[in-house]
Amino acid sequence: MGQFKNFFSTRWGIIGVGAFIGVVAPLLQKWGNPGNMGICVACFERDIAGAIGFHRAAVVQYMRPEIIGFVLGSLIAAYSFKEFRPRTGSAPIVRFVLGVFAMIGALVFLGCPWRALLRLSAGDGNAIFGLLGLIGGIWIGTFFLKGGYNLGRTQKTYASVGWLLPLMMAGFFILMLTYPQVKDEAKSGILFYSLKGPGAMHAPVILSLAIGLFIGFAAQRSRFCTMGAFRDLILFRQAHLFLGLLALVALAFITNLILGQFHPGFVNQPVAHTMHVWNFGGMVLAGLAFALAGGCPGRQLFLAGEGDGDAAVFVLGMIVGSGFAHNFGLASSPKGVGLHGIAAVIIGLVVCLFIGFTMRKK
Amino acid sequence: MSVIVDAGGLSCPQPVLMTIDKIKEMQKGEIIIKVDTDTSKENVSRAAQSQGWDVADIQEHETGYTLTIKKE
Repeated sequence: MGQFKNFFSTRWGIIGVGAFIGVVAPLLQKWGNPGNMGICVACFERDIAGAIGFHRAAVVQYMRPEIIGFVLGSLIAAYSFKEFRPRTGSAPIVRFVLGVFAMIGALVFLGCPWRALLRLSAGDGNAIFGLLGLIGGIWIGTFFLKGGYNLGRTQKTYASVGWLLPLMMAGFFILMLTYPQVKDEAKSGILFYSLKGPGAMHAPVILSLAIGLFIGFAAQRSRFCTMGAFRDLILFRQAHLFLGLLALVALAFITNLILGQFHPGFVNQPVAHTMHVWNFGGMVLAGLAFALAGGCPGRQLFLAGEGDGDAAVFVLGMIVGSGFAHNFGLASSPKGVGLHGIAAVIIGLVVCLFIGFTMRKK
Repeated sequence: MSVIVDAGGLSCPQPVLMTIDKIKEMQKGEIIIKVDTDTSKENVSRAAQSQGWDVADIQEHETGYTLTIKKE
């Protein structure tokens, strides 16, 4: 009975999924996505928030089909293998707040863990500080986990609860088809589009969606999670998820070399700044928020696709968080951290510590 | 005499932490663990095996799985 029926959950399964993401992310960049941002869950959710006008940062507005694909691909996998389990009720408001601050931290660094790995694999040295911050934040999170921190039990619920985020994503895609991008127009119907900047850079819609669906499917099956990779290594000396992460970095490095996208250095890296302390600090906040919420931004999308209503609330928290980040001048830009970015990181850390210290059973 | 760990409704890493705590406390014997997702089932199985325990049985039911792990 020790054998798993699910190939994706084996060692070679997780390595295969990491390797696949490592290859297709730089390819998506080649096909049009922004620099070292073939896939970035935080950035792309932020772009979606821009597309629907939750913030009005003109350079980051685009309804990213990759995110839509992640959720729907996971939903398809969950239904195909009878793993769709609608559940909710494990402190949703806390997950929302963690999502908000996870996004703010990620936007101070300029990327989610996936993008940190992709930036590293393309030679962006600033990513080292971000990744060290991420590990630091997760490491702090493991102390809370060991000390009895948890957000309580979920309850089984109606299937429709699990369907709401996938339906929302399907709705976003229908909006995108209804109001497609019009050349040189910043608005199409009710959707905002960027005319310049990262939001104006994107691979063909069908490619983005197809790759998103495939990754969503495979990642749901394999439980791929960048936060879990470090957490399990620190907490249990268990390298299963970490092998997936290593495969992602290795294959992204090779793919970037082949595509001529490897440019080692610290300055003038695409969509990146060189304020090391805040590259580190932003990701400490993000890493701690991911650890307290039980998954990296990608994993939260896959969980939402398999019926986890609390993960869906985290996703909505991240989307709203990107609104705060851009409306309040918290997000960084290639020039450096935003006007109030440092204050937001400190407030976020205080809030996460408050959550970590007060939500313990034992 | 087996011990029951009820990790139903808890998300990872809680089920694994609870299982490993019980494994360390008992050293050997039989533990029954209740989980509600496939991820938890796989993670608990993997953790038990890495601690030298055998996954003797996995029962699926409407609300999840019941795993039985053993060490002689």
